[in-house]
Amino acid sequence: MNTFLEEVNDRMGGVPIQSCFHCRKCTAGCPIAFAMEYNPNAIIKMIQMGMREKVLGSSTIWLCASCETCVTRCPNDVDIAQMMDTLREMTIESGVDAGEKNIVKFHEAFLSSIKMGGRINEPTMLVHYKLKTGDLFSDLGLGMSMFMKGKIKPISPRTKDMKSVRKIFKSTDK
Amino acid sequence: MKVSYYPGCSLHATGKEYDQSVKAVSDALGIELKEVDDWSCCGASSAHMTNFKLSVALPARNIIAAQNDKLDMMVPCAACFNRFKGAQHHLERDESLKAEIEEIVGAKYDASVAVRNPIDIIYNDIGLEELGKAVTRKLDGLKPVSYYGCLLLRPPEVCQFDDYENPYMMDGIMGALGADARKWSCKTDCCGGSLTLGKTEIVVHLVDKMMMMAREAGANCIVTACPVCFANLDTRASEKGRLPAFYFTEVMALALGLKGTEGWFKMHNVDPRPLLTSLGLI
Repeated sequence: MNTFLEEVNDRMGGVPIQSCFHCRKCTAGCPIAFAMEYNPNAIIKMIQMGMREKVLGSSTIWLCASCETCVTRCPNDVDIAQMMDTLREMTIESGVDAGEKNIVKFHEAFLSSIKMGGRINEPTMLVHYKLKTGDLFSDLGLGMSMFMKGKIKPISPRTKDMKSVRKIFKSTDK
Repeated sequence: MKVSYYPGCSLHATGKEYDQSVKAVSDALGIELKEVDDWSCCGASSAHMTNFKLSVALPARNIIAAQNDKLDMMVPCAACFNRFKGAQHHLERDESLKAEIEEIVGAKYDASVAVRNPIDIIYNDIGLEELGKAVTRKLDGLKPVSYYGCLLLRPPEVCQFDDYENPYMMDGIMGALGADARKWSCKTDCCGGSLTLGKTEIVVHLVDKMMMMAREAGANCIVTACPVCFANLDTRASEKGRLPAFYFTEVMALALGLKGTEGWFKMHNVDPRPLLTSLGLI
């Protein structure tokens, strides 16, 4: 059986994350670190220490905005942004309770909108998201204003060859 | 010149004025656009954050659809641009992944399509000199800061676009239009992207900081090339001290004297018309 560290490295490919010498450049440049429960370099250390449940259940991995500042500046080329993607995938697959449920629900609503029409229809995607989260009233005014300005429409052109889009989702489904 | 055109989902909805202004500016500069046949969504953040193979397969379907056109592909949306470049990066370095994706999409990927943002096409193929000649109304008094955000630039070896720590092409374009692009240090900062729905307060914090830095640099507006950044700047900044945001192509259309600008400005959440009126630009 693989350790948590081996599992993360195997899935990521590339530079092993233990190449990190904790200079904290990733954390210093991270725009979201102020809101994270564990800093990006702490996540690396926690993976090395085998803290699987804590890492996969953390809010940090969902708050990462994938701005890629960390990987751009890492002196050891550790792909921290990809590590966050890998950890998110592992959380979904393992059924661990995600630390930021609404963000997971947003991604689900977004992808299901593509699955249905090939392209995102923003109003139906937003309604879907709001029904999933129960947060019905935030941004209602903003949404109405965009609707009145003709920016968002309840119906928008879809991809015609939906068979090919559905095949992509079916073949990549885990 | 002729390029294939991938608008993406945002440009047909919340980023409508970006789509319309890219088309108007392209037409004025002699860039013919051929929309990619029956395109589908690139998958954006939601695909790459949750399912790696899906995040390569969705862009691959569109790149393969564009191969027949044998043209460079213009991708105005920074998020789509990033996903396309990312997919190409993986497809061109991992033979077994490429074979698997080709099987899923049902066609061969031939690595022939250059994915390009309009900033690059206008700066490098049209050139600032030609652009300057097309200007009919110099943008005197407009003091924009150029805001690139993340997705056009990072990671640099994937995006291969402009200078990734201090990009200059958008400033150059603004200068050619007669605007006074201000120097500032937030060009490549993150706006929080798709956290705007699940974690609105984080995005408010980030864009408010950006607005403060822009004002400190002496700017009176912000120009961007990303519909996610635009939406966050335009709708999430606190009312006090916020500056109007523009797509860079909207500002170009204004300087080139093109039709349609007022209609686009009306769609903004923060109305830029009082600023433009005070400068005598509309």
